[in-house]
Amino acid sequence: MQAFWRDAVEFLPILMNGVALTIIVTIGSLLLSTVLGLIWALMRVSGIGIFTGFSAGLINVIRGIPIIVLLFYLYFVMPELGLTLTALQAAILGLGIAYSAYQAENFRAGIEAIDKGQIEAAQAIGMGWWQTMRRVVLPQAVRIVLPPYGNIMIMMLKDSSQASTITVAELALQGKLIASSTFKNTSVFTLVALMYLTMSIPLILLVRHFEKRAGQK
Amino acid sequence: MIELSNVHKSFGKVEVLKGITASVEKGEVVCIIGPSGSGKSTILRCINGLESYDSGDILVEGARVDRNAPSIVAIRTQVSMVFQRFNLFPHRTALENVIEGPIYVKKEPRVHALERGRALLAQVGLAEKADAHPPQLSGGQQQRVAIARALAMQPKAILFDEPTSALDPELVGDVLSVMRKLADDGMTMVVVTHEMGFARDVADRVLFIDGGVIVEQGPARSVLNQPQHARTQDFLRRVLHPL
Repeated sequence: MQAFWRDAVEFLPILMNGVALTIIVTIGSLLLSTVLGLIWALMRVSGIGIFTGFSAGLINVIRGIPIIVLLFYLYFVMPELGLTLTALQAAILGLGIAYSAYQAENFRAGIEAIDKGQIEAAQAIGMGWWQTMRRVVLPQAVRIVLPPYGNIMIMMLKDSSQASTITVAELALQGKLIASSTFKNTSVFTLVALMYLTMSIPLILLVRHFEKRAGQK
Repeated sequence: MIELSNVHKSFGKVEVLKGITASVEKGEVVCIIGPSGSGKSTILRCINGLESYDSGDILVEGARVDRNAPSIVAIRTQVSMVFQRFNLFPHRTALENVIEGPIYVKKEPRVHALERGRALLAQVGLAEKADAHPPQLSGGQQQRVAIARALAMQPKAILFDEPTSALDPELVGDVLSVMRKLADDGMTMVVVTHEMGFARDVADRVLFIDGGVIVEQGPARSVLNQPQHARTQDFLRRVLHPL
């Protein structure tokens, strides 16, 4: 146990560098996936054939490709097509695109859960499609969407470790590097696990808060 | 001000409106009665473009109703709708429900809309409920807020789609008395209803619809008291004397 604490004091500063990158990758890809997911969802419910079809097809393609393959594609293949990304850019873009499919399905479920009468009432006072979405449907859908959204945040935090496969020195990769150079596997990976857990706990509490609020109505 | 000529409408293979021709004059109160599934609500929903119709014409003040044309917005601000299940926005207070259309559709200044919104809530007897959210209100109160929301658009006509059918019996009176006051003030109203007493006392004209056609129409008292057609007689007997 004493050895563990000694290792912790020694490795923690290096691992914290990884934590910073983990947080950057998570927040960056969370924002990107939210924006993209909302766009796919709105296209899907727009009732315009070409948008609906495009969105449905795209979501299936994204869902059918493993995140790690998407990351390899962005980081190793895109340069051959003339688009060179830094590892961090590729990680945020890849995770953002991969998770946009799940965000879109979550948003769509929330939007479709809103009573049709709400949309009719908005139309009856002369609101157009976009205004109906913004003023009536989306504010009500948020309540429904938030608990699963929180779960997606937790999954994204953990899946940010996949960025290690394209050389982003986030928490998991920092751990692996320290472990392979010191052979202190137990200390290092226990620390890494504890640090992921520490970051997840606030999110888990947030989800619980969202669920309670959603259940009030 | 509202004219329907030979309006047909099908849902899939079921034809629900089989050539409806009718008109509503300015200031007139027209009640539409008939068995459920006869197409009563569909007529209202076609008038303000919540449903499309397959053939025929619907004109509101001379403008053709086409739910896919940009002109539908102008028509909807002139012809408001009150729904059976109120359809208030639950995330907004009573007052916010009332001012939503004036502010965000008609672009009225907020101060002006708020002032008028409060006056309208007072008019329907709910001045003290301005800050309540819909789930905190009874069904009758919600429907009166919905009527205030419709009035806030300063419409030329209001369509009522079974406005009291979802209410507990003791709450029906409050809503009907608000509607009666509107009629007395000269509002043009088309009301789909099962309240025969209201139709007899308030309506200028009654249309009896069955199977997607107007079976009988005329002054309220004559249609309700001396129906000519056998189907009207049968319907009224069932409604007025269910036992």
